[in-house]
Amino acid sequence: MPGRPDVRRRLAVSLAAFGTLALLAILLAPLVGSTPITLARVFDRSIPFADNVDAQIFFVARLPRVLAAALVGAALAMAGVVFQALLRNPLASPDTLGVSAGAALGAVLAITFNADFTLLGVTAVPLASFAGSIGALIIVYGLSAARRRGTSTLVLLLAGVTLTALLSAISAFVRYLADFTETLRTVRWLMGSLDIGAFTPIAVAAVPMGIAIAGFAMLPRILDLISMGAESAAARGVDVTRAERIALVSASLATGSAVALAGPIGFVGIVVPHLVRLLVGADHRVVLPASALFGASFLIACDLVARIVFAPTELPVGVVTALIGGPFFLWLLFRHA
Amino acid sequence: MIEARSVSFTYPRGDRMILRDVSLLVRRGAVVGLLGPNGCGKTTLLRLLSGMLTPQTGQVLLDGAPLAALTRRGIARRVAVVPQETHATFEFSVIDIVLMGRYPHLGPFELEGPADLEIARQALDATGTAHLEMRPFGSLSGGEKQRVVIAGALAQAADLMLLDEPTASLDLAYQLEAAALLRRLNRTHGTTMVVCTHDLNMAASLCDEIVLLREGAVLAHGATADTITVDNIQAAYGVAADVHFHAAAGHLAVVPIARTS
Repeated sequence: MPGRPDVRRRLAVSLAAFGTLALLAILLAPLVGSTPITLARVFDRSIPFADNVDAQIFFVARLPRVLAAALVGAALAMAGVVFQALLRNPLASPDTLGVSAGAALGAVLAITFNADFTLLGVTAVPLASFAGSIGALIIVYGLSAARRRGTSTLVLLLAGVTLTALLSAISAFVRYLADFTETLRTVRWLMGSLDIGAFTPIAVAAVPMGIAIAGFAMLPRILDLISMGAESAAARGVDVTRAERIALVSASLATGSAVALAGPIGFVGIVVPHLVRLLVGADHRVVLPASALFGASFLIACDLVARIVFAPTELPVGVVTALIGGPFFLWLLFRHA
Repeated sequence: MIEARSVSFTYPRGDRMILRDVSLLVRRGAVVGLLGPNGCGKTTLLRLLSGMLTPQTGQVLLDGAPLAALTRRGIARRVAVVPQETHATFEFSVIDIVLMGRYPHLGPFELEGPADLEIARQALDATGTAHLEMRPFGSLSGGEKQRVVIAGALAQAADLMLLDEPTASLDLAYQLEAAALLRRLNRTHGTTMVVCTHDLNMAASLCDEIVLLREGAVLAHGATADTITVDNIQAAYGVAADVHFHAAAGHLAVVPIARTS
């Protein structure tokens, strides 16, 4: 399939396959848990919702968490795809440009100083972490705008790595000053968790993610061309500066809102895009939507594993993404080699 | 076809003027070689002609219209660029790479149709790479890659091709092959070409006209036989050379003998 020139067919087949997978994940994941429920009972219209315990467990107790996993997985996977193409570096990830570190610093500050406020039904920690990611974005964006000539991607990459180190050091310093309970809370937060029991935070996070997705929608073909080199893309008619800015802002917004919602969950943004490329080829018009759908399915599956292996105790989902994603990715890589 | 009118260029924060009051007219259908020592400004001139850079003074005209007034997309429909080397970050197939040449002809969300595929396949045929269609670009040899990139430029359907050292990273056989391909495309497709190169013999075999640059200014511009001369090579490179017509090759041959300055 990767070699077929007919992009319409490739797109249709990939969307159908990955779309089915994502839909199955969203429908089946809420069935698993301490109380067994069935889809037939959940969607039994003859029982009113108030009396349908299965439907209540499905929609109220478990679906928010599954939707959050879908949203975060899709956002991180798309951000990974975009950063890898933009920076022409297969090792780039949503964390590369310091956005995750900014989000982490925001959260660490909010936890340590016991910030207690809410906005639009969202609590202080996710708000602070989103603000942190926007702060990091502004720094990176300012750097890239100031340094607009020649091979700017390498400079951007170095700036991102440096910013990550700097922000992480500040986080570590704040944690060093914090007391035991706060430190434990920040450590837990930094492992990532999808334990979200309401629709409000998801709806709020969906707003910046929606803006990011609108930005991503403009990019796929441009990313194909940019991945071949900025100058060659420009020679083919791409407004590279504009495309880079749309990509940078969209990918950072997606990452920032994902981290604010669920904490930093590693590995999705790097493993999912490469896995999808191995399956569907390099064309970003297929890779980008397929990665969104597969990222959603992947994180739902990982969260499911995190919930059930040591039930009733939960594993941090970030541990599971790496434990499952790592070996699987290595296997795929060396199977092809 | 394309004309530079007394263009000057200095890189931002650069301390040296790279091009100083350079004028150059490239006629439609011509193959023009851009020669000169390292740092003479030939790559910069090529980037001014492609609109990648904008001159501080003077202007570049594409069929009489200032390049600065055209969009990137509008330029790309008429001007294609072939770099010295192309590296694909991801595993695109050869046909994928060539289809990217159709980008300036498609709407923002338009996918390539059968007509675009047909154009891409014709470009593969014209460059002798049809058999590579499904191969991953990264697995090709340097010579094959360069032919595929030229096919992409053909698919772009531009009538001006700007080539930056198109044969510099190729071995002898591929150099000959690439030069022959460019000559053939110029004859069959009428593509105008501006070729930046260090290879005097390749330029002599390929080009109708030569522009010789030195220190950011035009040293000589004229028919190949009138421009590749012992005196000009001496003046541009500071090298004593033997230049004579090689009957078997059918063009001038340059043998550098000694550095004199």
